[in-house]
Amino acid sequence: MKRTTRKKLIRFSMYGVLVAVFGAVVVFADWGKLGSAFFNVQIAADMFPKVLTIAARNTAVYTLLAFALGLVLALVLALMKMSTIGPYRWMAIAYIELFRGLPALVTLIFVGYALPIALGWQIPGGTLGQGSIGLGIVAGAYMAETIRAGVEAVPRGQMEAARSLGMSWAKAMTYIVLPQAFRIIIPPLTNELVLLIKDTSLFFVLGTTPVSKELTKFGRDLMGQRFNGTPLVVIALVYLAITLPLTYTVARLEKKTAAAR
Amino acid sequence: MMDHSVGGAPPIQIRDLHKSFGDLEVLKGIDFDVRFGEVVVLIGPSGSGKSTLLRCVNGLEEPTAGTIHIEGIDITDPETDVDAVRTRIGMVFQQFNLFPHLTVLRNLTIAQRKVLGRDVKEAQRVAKEMLERVGLSDKIEEHPSRLSGGQQQRVAIARALCMNPDMMLFDEPTSALDPELIGEVLDVMRELASEGMTMVVVTHEMGFAQHVADRVIFMDAGVIVEEGSPSQVLVNPVHNRTQRFLRAIDVV
Repeated sequence: MKRTTRKKLIRFSMYGVLVAVFGAVVVFADWGKLGSAFFNVQIAADMFPKVLTIAARNTAVYTLLAFALGLVLALVLALMKMSTIGPYRWMAIAYIELFRGLPALVTLIFVGYALPIALGWQIPGGTLGQGSIGLGIVAGAYMAETIRAGVEAVPRGQMEAARSLGMSWAKAMTYIVLPQAFRIIIPPLTNELVLLIKDTSLFFVLGTTPVSKELTKFGRDLMGQRFNGTPLVVIALVYLAITLPLTYTVARLEKKTAAAR
Repeated sequence: MMDHSVGGAPPIQIRDLHKSFGDLEVLKGIDFDVRFGEVVVLIGPSGSGKSTLLRCVNGLEEPTAGTIHIEGIDITDPETDVDAVRTRIGMVFQQFNLFPHLTVLRNLTIAQRKVLGRDVKEAQRVAKEMLERVGLSDKIEEHPSRLSGGQQQRVAIARALCMNPDMMLFDEPTSALDPELIGEVLDVMRELASEGMTMVVVTHEMGFAQHVADRVIFMDAGVIVEEGSPSQVLVNPVHNRTQRFLRAIDVV
């Protein structure tokens, strides 16, 4: 058999398998049942506007709070990790390795339940306070590494030029190095934001009230009440409506920075 | 702007300077003075310690031993505010090191504002004046990446001048440039020298050394081997090592 013929045959059979699988799904699936279980228009319509005004809004607020807290923590940790003073470096490393090594869920449970048991005091703000702080603690560990990589990607000559103009280390960092580092790390930080959006789905462990539900808890509770899968499909679509534009923007930014170099 | 130096302490006074990187001793006891208004050119093979010496002068490298006095202030003294001393020393780097995220104007004003505390108007006035001196007034709103290497280096010189330094250090300012762009940078430096700026220049441009330097210093393996007027060092070098170096770069 000629090589080109063989290639054609392999390609043909790959398409064949695809068509066969699709055909089987189309023929054997119970479309009526699937439709009513996952795409019930009435149930979907009933979810509005609360799915947006409460659930999506909560998800956004939790995410942004955790992100903001994480960013501040990460900046401090990154600077500590680059410090020439050993103990600062060790503390940063310990923190980063600890919270990157643990499931976010464990950290959330720790913040929400173990802390109150141990201290007899709990972080105020309910789900909002405890969840955002718990997730912010985790995000800080991840973003610290991102920021450090960004700072180290700025050529050393930038710091030297700034210092040679009489700027202190702190001023050189603030006005010269960090602005350039942040430009480099906007894409990975946006990726981190997307991860955080998804991680807020873990907030259910903290217990929620009707007004503090985020998307996942909101959809899951409705699914139980209506005994139907449609709410899950709706919240999945809302998640995608938030995350896909973000990931798409990241991809575009990355292309742009790659082209600028 | 240089009045306080006249009759006072010399701009640069270095005694028995040693610098090691780990086990490698790069400077092995340097004594080095620069007088007010003097142009000193440092030459020598790569790895001879010229750049390290220059970087020690404005505190980018910390000496292992020895003293460095800048206008009478000991910058090796831990009590000294080295940042303040640095504002009096302009530094120009081989790789220009312009701030790529800022326009030319902001490159020239940021340290004036954040270090000297000048207001925007004053800082911009000084920036425009210095930019005109290096012949790049038309590039004021550009970002550095839009400029040629020669233009970037001239902006870097202007940036240093904006701080009204008492002296300027040049660390191989033309080594990263395409040959046809070297002239414009040397012209600016020559101009500066003729205006009486105190300058220390590490360079391989022997023409510049010959015509502009008041004194040429040949360094090799971490020590000053020979120093004197350009004609002494470049034309009639006494030491073997100097002769060999100059032959290798085809001057003699």
